[in-house]
Amino acid sequence: MTTVPPPPRGPDPFLSVRDLSVRFSTEDGVVRAVDGLSFDVEKGTTLAIVGESGSGKSVTGLALLGLHDPASATLDGRIRLEGRDLLPAPRGTLERLRGDRIAMVFQDSLTALSPFHPVGRQIGEVYRRHRGASRREARERAVEMLDRVGIPGARSRVDDYPHEFSGGMRQRVMIAMALVCDPGLLVADEPTTALDVTVQAQILDLLSDLQRDSGTAIILITHDLGVVAAAAHEVLVMYAGRAAEHGTVGEVLGEPRHPYTWGLLSSTPRLSTPLDLPLSPVRGTPPSLLDPPSGCPFHPRCDYTGLAGPERCRNSRPALSPGGGAGTSATGGRHADACHLAPELKAGLRPRPPAHDRPVDGPLDRPLDRPLDRIEDTA
Amino acid sequence: MIGFLARRLAGALVILAVISVVTFCLFYAAPRDPARAFCSKVCQPETLELIRRNLGMDEPLAVQYWHWLAGIVAGRDLPGFGGCPAPCLGYSFATQEPVFGAIVDRFPVTLSLTVGAAAATLGFGVLLGMVAAWQAGRPLDRIASASSVVGASLQIYFVGPLLAFALVDTFGVLPRPAYVPFTGDPVGWFTHLLLPWAVLSIVFTANYTRMTRAQMVEQLAEDYVRTARAKGMPERVVFFRFAWRGAMIPIVTIFGVDLATLLGGAIITEQTFALHGVGELAIRAVQNSDLPMLLGVTLVGAGAIVALSVVVDVLYAVIDPRVRLG
Repeated sequence: MTTVPPPPRGPDPFLSVRDLSVRFSTEDGVVRAVDGLSFDVEKGTTLAIVGESGSGKSVTGLALLGLHDPASATLDGRIRLEGRDLLPAPRGTLERLRGDRIAMVFQDSLTALSPFHPVGRQIGEVYRRHRGASRREARERAVEMLDRVGIPGARSRVDDYPHEFSGGMRQRVMIAMALVCDPGLLVADEPTTALDVTVQAQILDLLSDLQRDSGTAIILITHDLGVVAAAAHEVLVMYAGRAAEHGTVGEVLGEPRHPYTWGLLSSTPRLSTPLDLPLSPVRGTPPSLLDPPSGCPFHPRCDYTGLAGPERCRNSRPALSPGGGAGTSATGGRHADACHLAPELKAGLRPRPPAHDRPVDGPLDRPLDRPLDRIEDTA
Repeated sequence: MIGFLARRLAGALVILAVISVVTFCLFYAAPRDPARAFCSKVCQPETLELIRRNLGMDEPLAVQYWHWLAGIVAGRDLPGFGGCPAPCLGYSFATQEPVFGAIVDRFPVTLSLTVGAAAATLGFGVLLGMVAAWQAGRPLDRIASASSVVGASLQIYFVGPLLAFALVDTFGVLPRPAYVPFTGDPVGWFTHLLLPWAVLSIVFTANYTRMTRAQMVEQLAEDYVRTARAKGMPERVVFFRFAWRGAMIPIVTIFGVDLATLLGGAIITEQTFALHGVGELAIRAVQNSDLPMLLGVTLVGAGAIVALSVVVDVLYAVIDPRVRLG
């Protein structure tokens, strides 16, 4: 894996999300799956969105593609890609953008690929749809893409069905399908979660190689901090549909400020600490988004409310500060978090001070042969 | 594929053998003595004995069965009837006509009726179900769903005469149902069977509408359908190229099972419209205690269902590439 130097920031971010909220109407009430989320992603950079199940990561990803059913989901805020507002765009416009300018890779490639069509056709039809290519051109393009994502004997496998591939190879097929039109933005929803560790590393390498070649902006949705350390430039930690912490990968993993981020980090195993040392998971369970906790959504699980003032944590919702999240970038680096604890307190309380002062910016320039150790350089 | 067909053929032979044995035994377990039916009211025991011998019923059951089975392969000589070339299913007790010939004469009627109605059932049922799913929650969906409930509650012997009265007798838009051989007059074949097809399929279509709608709604929520949308495929393509394929798998499975029911429905329809098909033969054979005819009809019916279920299995593999025949 090689470091991709982030390009200088232009005046208008490539993707800008402001105050995004996604609500689902259910029989039991309104679920606020995403609530006031803001972030930017520049071309050629990777933003990792991290959080527990149900924190709104995937909902955010699907919202970027406009894949929520308008009958049950209400979206507010602004999503702007290359200066174009996506939320008010009609369905036809979104359909033309999807697969062409914005693509998505899903977690489970076995269920996410159609079991009824050969992979070459599934890849080629995206090219035909958006580029008006002929059947033959699309097939050639599919072979080329399969080859590019590292499937051996691409030409002989183009007519195979998804179930005839291994998990890692299938995920490569998914990636080939997502990248067939050279999209500007790739949303990868847990692309490596279903894979074993060595294959994980290969897929992350592949993504970063492809990013280097084409300058694609990637949003990497994951709950695996090892993946974040290996592949992301920026990190957005989500909790209960809101941003808990946002900054560069060096800032968030190296100098984490939010107690929830501390919890995530200390529940991740490391090879440098004794292996029989118990991991400390974040206590409690993720909140119900039907009825989220008042004030700071993390307060029922937080160990530090005593220091920040229990009343304050319970009653007032902390803003993302400084900077409100928007405007942070890989180079600008405005590290922000949403917590009532005083900044000095946070620096002191941080469970694991950085091992060394080397500022880490962007993905680590090291092979992923020791996957569980990946966080070590940053934390 | 060839191995699959060979194995299915062998399986079919076993099934047919079992069915014929069971039919044989059931027939003799019945309290009626078929020989009595041929005897005058005042029946002399000697006459009865003679009839028994002529019908071949004086021999032990196993021997009778063996003769019958051998007759299919090699033909046989029946006392009182003369030679019966293979495949010999014997002569009808009631009409003295060769069973095989009678079935061959009537078979096209029932086949036309069943296959036509099956195609209509599947075609319209799936079409209506797709429309309902496409329009889910909107008026067209409600109309399709409501009419499928009505359709499912109807009976052939009610709809049949009703439609015949309306369309044939009153308005004269359709000819009176009859069987016109396909080879002689395909158009006549079609128009004369239109009403029976409609009646037979109305009853079954409803089921397929309901199932197709439910399956489509389920498939539309599947991951691979979401992927198709994420690729920018228009909703129409998502619907017809992706979700449809998944929805058809259970439909085809149920269809294989329903074919037997459809064949039963065809017999009722034949009766309703006085079509002279295999169903009519079957009913008469039961009424007359006509063993050879009964065996023949049962065997042909079972054979048809087995053959159609092989077709369904092949269809299954065509729809779903994960299914491998073999």
